Amino acid sequence: MDALITVLMAMVGGAIRVSTPFLFVSLGECLTEKSGRINLGLEGTLVLGAMVGYMASFETGNPWAGVIAAGLAGFVMGALHGGLCSLQRVNDVAVGIALMTFGTGLAFFFGKPYIQPSAPRLPSIPLADWTGIPHLADALRINPLFFLGIALALLMAWAFRTTRIGLIVRTTGDSAAAARAMGVSVIGVRVLATAVGGIFAGIGGCFLSLYYPGSWNEALSSGQGLMAVALVIFARWDPVRCFLAALLFGAAGALGPALQSVGVTQGYYFFNAAPYILTLLIMIASAKGRLAMRSMPGELTISR
Amino acid sequence: MAVAADLTHRLRQGAEYTLIPLGALVVSAALFSVFLLGLGKSPQQFFELMWRGGFGTAFSWQNTLQRAAPLVLTALCVAIPARIGLVIIGGEGALVLGGFAAAAIAIPMIGPVAAGSLPVALMLGVMALAAALAGALWIGFAGWLRHARGVNETISSLLLTYIAIAILYFFVEGALRDPGSLNKPSTPPIGAGAMLQPIPGTDIHWGLAAGALLAVLLHLLMTRTTFGFAMRVTGGNPRAARAQGLPVGGLLVAATMIAGASAGLAGFFEVAAVHGNANASLVAGYGFTGILVSFLARHNPIAILPVAILFGGIAAAGGLIQRRMGLPDATVLLLQGVIFVVLLASETLYGRIAWLQPKRSGAP
Repeated sequence: MDALITVLMAMVGGAIRVSTPFLFVSLGECLTEKSGRINLGLEGTLVLGAMVGYMASFETGNPWAGVIAAGLAGFVMGALHGGLCSLQRVNDVAVGIALMTFGTGLAFFFGKPYIQPSAPRLPSIPLADWTGIPHLADALRINPLFFLGIALALLMAWAFRTTRIGLIVRTTGDSAAAARAMGVSVIGVRVLATAVGGIFAGIGGCFLSLYYPGSWNEALSSGQGLMAVALVIFARWDPVRCFLAALLFGAAGALGPALQSVGVTQGYYFFNAAPYILTLLIMIASAKGRLAMRSMPGELTISR
Repeated sequence: MAVAADLTHRLRQGAEYTLIPLGALVVSAALFSVFLLGLGKSPQQFFELMWRGGFGTAFSWQNTLQRAAPLVLTALCVAIPARIGLVIIGGEGALVLGGFAAAAIAIPMIGPVAAGSLPVALMLGVMALAAALAGALWIGFAGWLRHARGVNETISSLLLTYIAIAILYFFVEGALRDPGSLNKPSTPPIGAGAMLQPIPGTDIHWGLAAGALLAVLLHLLMTRTTFGFAMRVTGGNPRAARAQGLPVGGLLVAATMIAGASAGLAGFFEVAAVHGNANASLVAGYGFTGILVSFLARHNPIAILPVAILFGGIAAAGGLIQRRMGLPDATVLLLQGVIFVVLLASETLYGRIAWLQPKRSGAP
């Protein structure tokens, strides 16, 4: 019984911690896909953001400088993707795969000297220390980026629904011809949406190196950037549902470490593979659903 | 007259398909040189070392060809589905699972083979079959999901790679672990006597010959058979293919199964000719480099051969460059990334370089 509570608490805390990078990357991907392009390269952006954020935090001594630097790195990667895809005949899926390699390569190349030293990490907000229950206090020490992510999700949902910018992005994603008729530069909107999406993914990456697990190494990301793409489909391109889906993925990701903390090591690798299996099952369940089809942006290449 | 026009048309098109990727390689090398200069390193030394480490000596050639073998097979895993319009990036998973299946099915046969009561060739044959089948089912599953459920094959095949690696680690560190493997958990070795021998007179294993043969066979399949024609039609326009009554779903699954079998065989050769057992060394990134090889070869099975040798050489030279120039081991990965990005940007040039275009007769 005690062990069960420990596992549950560890999973709640883990879900909150593990979900943050999922949340940021999926919001970035959501924005990009809403504009009609798919960026599979966010995995590379995530890894680069993790490395750049760690480097900047180490060099300046301020973890928030790391967050800003990671966002900038993400912006550059996103702009690169957006720019390349604006050339005629260049396929966005393939460019994403290439940027996965390129971003990872850059991060590993420049990240070598930062594997050993320890950089200042982001602080956490203790929400439940007053209860005096150690497990609960542990679970509810929450990083400010988590709340920033929630705010961002709500802001995006509101902007898509009610603002002029949101309408422009949605129209560009649903029908390039309609957007052109509105006098909107389709390429401009898409490049900007991909670049801003890159900022989010970069920030998601620096959460990995600056908070949880909280150090930089080459095995830091394990496909979170890619899973986020599947997550967006599952969330039907709705920022608020992205947040809920990220929590679910976070809980799945926390399963392995949570079981390990109470001494269950049998099948460790399978519990660690839980997020991938979950993603695959979710894709199978949601890909051909009528709801998903209805909410998918019309210009997306995966819909053709 | 018509024949001559057709010939020049094909020549110009061939030139376009060769010159633009070569140009992309040159531009990548130039960009990487600027990058090295910015770091205060000598690009000249870099490319000299790359030449020496990859192609300069008989020893480096053998190292290069050794690495080219799995690259050919994993590149075919990208090229064949690409013809039907699928982007499969899960070759790494098929390689890992194929290697694991080969090593696992060999376990009960190791004893009899060592005792001489079972022919070595039989064991190797069963291993190869198991590897091909495991890979075929793995990537075929991604193809089937695409057809039956509309699941994006690019994402699903990469997810399957992570799952394949988890399966390998689960068994290698658990039920199938050789108690003798202390520092690096592995399956029991198939035994030095059972290992696939190199091609006579060389140090190169048969994987390269198998890859070359398979590339030629698949090229013939794609260009000279109705099956290949049906695949290309489906790749060009699935809706038209369906309207023509082509079995689009069956073709999708067949293409992905052939692809997976090829990458699975790469795993077999890694186990039977290089490592002797299955362990974490199988996860070496060949599947990912194979993606780049196939794109650079424009998904042409024959062109994959020279490109795989080039990238085998780049990988083989990695160690030398790392030691001599004090560059991190990710240098090769970064160079691959640069080449990949520049290559895709060069896609935009097709049909836009005037002197590479066939002249239209009668046009003003």
